[in-house]
Amino acid sequence: MSAARQTEPWQTAEVPGPKKALVISNPQIVSALIKRSKNPVLIVGYRAAEIKLSDGRLLVDYVISLAEAAGLQVASAPSIQSEFIKRGFVRVVGMPLVDIANRLTDPSWTGLSGKGSHDLALLIGLKYYVGWLILSGLKHFSPTLKTVSLDMYYQPHASWSFPNLSREEWENNLNAIINGLGVK
Amino acid sequence: MFKYFHASFYVIHKSHLRIGFKLGSEKNLRFKIGEIRSDVGFLKDVEISIGKIIGEEWAEEVGPTPFPSIVDLREWDFKLLQRYKPFYMPFCDLCCLCTFGKCDLTGNKRGACGLNMAGQQSRIVLLACCIGAATHISHARHLVDHLIEKFGRDHPIDVGGLNVEVEAPITRLVCGVKPKTLGDLEDVLGYLERELTRLLAATHTGQEESNLDFESKVFHAGMIDHVGLEIADIAQISALGFPKAEPEAPLADIGLGVVDSAKPVILIIGHNVPPAAEIVDYLMNNGLYGGVEVTGLCCTAHDVTRYNPKAKIIGPISWQLRFIRSGVADVIVVDEQCIRADTLIEAQKIMAPVIATSDVNCLGLPNRTGDEASKIVEDLVSGNQPGALILDPAKAAEVAVKTALLVAPKRMKFKALPDVSDIIEGARRCRKCDDCRRACPNDLPVREALAQALNGSLDALANLYDECVGCARCESACPINLPLHSFIVKAAEKRLKEEKYKIRVGRGAIQDVEIRNVGSPIVLGEIPGVVAFVGCANYPKGGSEVAEMAVEFARRRYIVVASGCAAMSIAMHKDEEGKSPYEAFPGAFEAGGIVNVGSCVANAHIAGAAIKIASIFAKRRLRGNYEEIADYILNRVGAVGVAWGAMSQKAAAIASGFWRLGVPVIVGPHGLKYRRMLLGRKDKPEDWYVYDARTGEKVYVGPTPEHLFYAAETKEEAMVMIAKLCMRPNDTTKGRAIKLSHYIDLHKRLFGRMPDDIHLFVRTLADIPLTVRDEVIKVLEEKGWKENIIPDPTLLPRLVRRRSE
Repeated sequence: MSAARQTEPWQTAEVPGPKKALVISNPQIVSALIKRSKNPVLIVGYRAAEIKLSDGRLLVDYVISLAEAAGLQVASAPSIQSEFIKRGFVRVVGMPLVDIANRLTDPSWTGLSGKGSHDLALLIGLKYYVGWLILSGLKHFSPTLKTVSLDMYYQPHASWSFPNLSREEWENNLNAIINGLGVK
Repeated sequence: MFKYFHASFYVIHKSHLRIGFKLGSEKNLRFKIGEIRSDVGFLKDVEISIGKIIGEEWAEEVGPTPFPSIVDLREWDFKLLQRYKPFYMPFCDLCCLCTFGKCDLTGNKRGACGLNMAGQQSRIVLLACCIGAATHISHARHLVDHLIEKFGRDHPIDVGGLNVEVEAPITRLVCGVKPKTLGDLEDVLGYLERELTRLLAATHTGQEESNLDFESKVFHAGMIDHVGLEIADIAQISALGFPKAEPEAPLADIGLGVVDSAKPVILIIGHNVPPAAEIVDYLMNNGLYGGVEVTGLCCTAHDVTRYNPKAKIIGPISWQLRFIRSGVADVIVVDEQCIRADTLIEAQKIMAPVIATSDVNCLGLPNRTGDEASKIVEDLVSGNQPGALILDPAKAAEVAVKTALLVAPKRMKFKALPDVSDIIEGARRCRKCDDCRRACPNDLPVREALAQALNGSLDALANLYDECVGCARCESACPINLPLHSFIVKAAEKRLKEEKYKIRVGRGAIQDVEIRNVGSPIVLGEIPGVVAFVGCANYPKGGSEVAEMAVEFARRRYIVVASGCAAMSIAMHKDEEGKSPYEAFPGAFEAGGIVNVGSCVANAHIAGAAIKIASIFAKRRLRGNYEEIADYILNRVGAVGVAWGAMSQKAAAIASGFWRLGVPVIVGPHGLKYRRMLLGRKDKPEDWYVYDARTGEKVYVGPTPEHLFYAAETKEEAMVMIAKLCMRPNDTTKGRAIKLSHYIDLHKRLFGRMPDDIHLFVRTLADIPLTVRDEVIKVLEEKGWKENIIPDPTLLPRLVRRRSE
């Protein structure tokens, strides 16, 4: 894919406007954003329990690895919360996507753990157009929140997004984020 | 005139008078003064009429808001919006509606006109709802004019004989009138058209600023949309002999495989039935019925089977391209709404003439309304003209039938579908650019499926058929113009031929006696809910999901109602015995029933049923008493709308009518593209207090219902949310236990665990379902739950009967 096409919206007609996501050219940017964040949240869509990675694991397995490595609080689609729990990961709240997004636009919301507003939201496992709209809501109505799309295709409404990637590139980048956290 | 009376109303209202007025038309006025106290005396129930009176005298006292203006129900709207706040998801960062722009509204900035992003988004929602409401109201106007011309102004309104005394619940509620004849409906339409103009005016640059005021107007658009729906459907039921509230309405055939393609075939697409009804009449009157297949797509198909159940339904809106390209139709007649704009182009590919019959959908065709039918037929059969605009339904029918008979032998069912060899050649030529997938609304892997054709397998392409919404954006995107949609249809050809199902034709209204039978168990919660599957066919994973949801809730003894494309999708499903849901479940409005009310405009009967529960069962006054009835429904009637494939502006307007009435609506993931949800916050207890009408005390009732407009990502998420949104503050302990048992059971089955918010819905220990008592009590203990009382719930202080000291 040409460099220009890599930063086009994956669905051709989804043209956003003047403010577009910065491209994650190096996955360590994400690691750094996570490390710098005071109160990050990882938002996981139902597709995380459908998408199979090349090593045979599901995306949800990767998500758990990331959440554990970075100490992230997770808000998952309610339908896959049990996937986390049966894998022994309990720092997860089952919450519909529109619900968590709506709360993130409320400056008085004290976050999933009640400790204060989230300053960083990482999103993964969403349908493209669903991610598009949710990220748009956050971009316009949650001005202090930084958003990072970790899905395979460019999401211009995020603060930071991967470009359109091949499956192999995407998986390599996901793994590099964990490596970049420097957790042993 | 209108302004004058509006001002008068306001002044009198401020003087603590109760006064109703109605505008039949601008020349016909009627006042009813409920009560007037002054220094000079006391008047009660005085009525003054100037000009015509709509319908017969009606003893019921008029409520506070007959023919409400765009601000009369604003306080009610704000109560709802205080609890269910808008969450906006703009499509893009810009506003481009005036020459100040484009304006960048990113991050809720203000544009050159001063409007910010929240205001702009709510404005867009209002515009969508105005378009939807205008479409239904214009449809109703056309129908009423046509039927008056044909049957006369005095033709009686009759939607169910003695079984339906409340013939027009929405019109009675909103307008405070009781229409008795077709002529009476004209007066109501005048009001709707006036309100619609006001609403549209509010969207102009430099009008409203507040997003909440825009949202209130969205609700108003929805409310008048519902009146328009009702006017359209009760007019056609009354005049065209549709089923009149019949639970056992006949079964009709549905599916691509039900058409006898050996006969000449007329395909009718759209929503406005007069041309289709005239086609049936022409065939009958000329002894041709049985020799010609009358088939329909979208809501006209519903309505033509209500007119004559021997007509056949092809399927929902998404079936347009696939059926046209199959070449089975010899003549295509289009009326209005949801018709593909390229119908004429597609029809030309199969050499089928097109007859346009509506002034809102002329297709660029010459107006032949004044020409002799024989001359038009000659031009169409010879191919001199690809189609004709004929605005006289009877003439359009004559031309359609004669043309079909003459064209069929010439066309020989010429189709626009490729051969298998064309698909393989296409696969060879494919550039693998993925533009097809990137254009597909459902992100279907078209390129990968096509590539498998090179290995001699069409299975992967055929497997896309069920999830394809038939938009053909893949074809438009293809740089080498491969007919990709046709490839999918061709690959699934065998499946198409097997599409043979049964649908119960739209029954129209719900009988008063049915309401009496279920009113108590619904309001007390013992029937766990009424679930309405409505709307278009823009499904995320095919129509079978709608059928599966409908069957699940019917089995659970909810009352399932359906309309429009969703009602068709429910039919296109078979159980292990080969029965469609309409064969397997009763058509009565009762626990475990699956009730097809009919086309889009028949959605009025779903709202009407909720209103009639308040009116017939609970004996609440209906007449011009919107706020009280909506408050009743919100707090007591466990009804939920599900528009799983909602696509259109009409669907937006219909949904907004339900919101104002207190009925939550769930949409599928594409519904997020309406750009705004109305979401409750269960974590904010202060949002969930109501007045106890017995004492005036404020009582916490939990998040019931939690949301007013909600998009679910998956069928499973929708099903759990349906069960949850059926809970209402008024549920008895027995009713709440039943509702909770469904919520918990679905949550455990589909999500694999107990819900973590169960403590918010348990008011007393008697609410807990016996089968999960120990599990629930454990959760209550963990959450520090406290028992609460069950109030006589209302959001309206004026309904409090006795204030506590």
